[in-house]
Amino acid sequence: MSVPASIREAPRPAALDVERVRVDFPILRERVRGRPLVYLDNGATTQKPRSVIDAVSRYYAQDNANVHRAVHSLAQRATEAYEAARARVARFLGAADAREVVFMRGTTEAINLVARSFLRPRLNPGDEILVTALEHHSNIVPWQLVAEEAGARLRVVPMDAQGALVLDEFEALFSERTRLLAVAHVSNALGTVAPVTEMAAVARRHGVPVLVDGAQAVAHRAVDVQALGCDFYAFSAHKMYGPTGIGVLWGRLEHLEGMRPYQGGGEMIRRVTFEGSEYAPPPARFEAGTPNIAGAVGLGAAIDFLEAIGPETAGAHEHDLLAYATERISEIPGLRLIGTAPEKAAILSFVFEDVHAHDVGTILDSEGVAVRVGHLCAMPVMRHFGIPAVTRASFGVYNTRGEVDRLVAALWKVREVFGR
Amino acid sequence: MNELRELYEEVILDHNRNPRNYPRKPEGTTHTAHGFNPLCGDEFQIHLRVKDGVIEDVGFEGAGCAISTASASLMTEALKGRRVEEAEKLFEVVHDLLTREEQVQDDDLLGKLTVLTGVKEYPMRVKCATLPWHTMKGALEGKQDTISTE
Repeated sequence: MSVPASIREAPRPAALDVERVRVDFPILRERVRGRPLVYLDNGATTQKPRSVIDAVSRYYAQDNANVHRAVHSLAQRATEAYEAARARVARFLGAADAREVVFMRGTTEAINLVARSFLRPRLNPGDEILVTALEHHSNIVPWQLVAEEAGARLRVVPMDAQGALVLDEFEALFSERTRLLAVAHVSNALGTVAPVTEMAAVARRHGVPVLVDGAQAVAHRAVDVQALGCDFYAFSAHKMYGPTGIGVLWGRLEHLEGMRPYQGGGEMIRRVTFEGSEYAPPPARFEAGTPNIAGAVGLGAAIDFLEAIGPETAGAHEHDLLAYATERISEIPGLRLIGTAPEKAAILSFVFEDVHAHDVGTILDSEGVAVRVGHLCAMPVMRHFGIPAVTRASFGVYNTRGEVDRLVAALWKVREVFGR
Repeated sequence: MNELRELYEEVILDHNRNPRNYPRKPEGTTHTAHGFNPLCGDEFQIHLRVKDGVIEDVGFEGAGCAISTASASLMTEALKGRRVEEAEKLFEVVHDLLTREEQVQDDDLLGKLTVLTGVKEYPMRVKCATLPWHTMKGALEGKQDTISTE
């Protein structure tokens, strides 16, 4: 098994003091089955630093009130905290305007909003939506739902045996029926980094708007939505050291302004009568009901945490772990890597020829090592590789080479239990 | 590690490596059901030939993890020659063994199946062990829908 050149030649990690980072994460002191926890399921959700936990708890202890409503002082503090978080996200993404930041439950809801409110009204029978072979179900199914309604169909950008997108004939996939390109910035199953900037440039030439699923990207690399040239960018806070239940849809203001509401309720209106209602401008138009205020505050704290380290520094550190782990697990007999694209981020998926992923997961857990097993909500990816499930180790900023060693030792335990 | 050894008992590993009555659909199969746990991908077809209330032959097809495969394999061995009522009783006993904190363990009835005891320490894996059993029960009841334990 060969280690891709780009991984082998990865830059050494920037000066990241991992031990200091680890101190900030209370959960890393937990023991699992009698051993110190090795948490390598960051692709599913990352752990939370003390600063995020404290920000959420401080909000509830000191500032809690509903936003944009009452005139009392707490309501003002809550509103300010919520809107400050929005401004923080806008800076983080390089957005032109904080009004382009819509708070959502997460990436999934953000994609559903775009499918429902942006794409559906534009979709006619015979139209096409471009997705890639790498996608997570959440960047497939929302498009299928609206495509079924409209009589439109999905077209798929193919990938090769390494799990890299095949872009030789990418441009040929566009036609005058193409209404949207939806692509994952980083594949959750394979770690492949999609060349989003280049793909968006092609789409723009054809006048096709682009949605980027950034769920697996934002914690691992700097993201500038203007430089990417996309129209929508979606991500979840909980995969970048923030709380669950909060995420973001960034969309170009001209798109958001033209979109119908997604849900009706309080907060999203300007005026309501029984004859009809006038909707609030974005982002409020898409935030019906009381939002996840504490979540937004926690997301702001998570961005502070991440930027204090620097997304590039975090990415370089994880890249070092990926290169080291790729090399080390190649020693294990009967193990095959799934996803060896030249451009990869923080994710290492693999299968054993003779051991099912769930048995691997259980044995790793008994050694205190937490990984993800299964189809990773990417069944088309599994099908591409002809496997039912994989084991995935995914790295975060607090992981260490010592933890990679624990992973490797646990994989040898799999060999010990299952023989050969 | 001891808990792990109890889960991956030698008998379990053996039945995973060399599943009995697999892959096989007995001649004259009268009852078949499809079991599928979509989250983990375990998928089995259980086939039975029942005559005069007696399970004459059992086989299974499909693929899954070591626990579900071994559970299916052990089940086929345990069912052969039993009356349908006994199979239903065995289903209950195995189900209790895997899911109940306190159970009256009927070792006589269970026989080799007691090796499944270790699964209880791994609640996430109980659904693997129970899938073939629920599928078998579904087959006897003539269920057409896919059976799942997730």
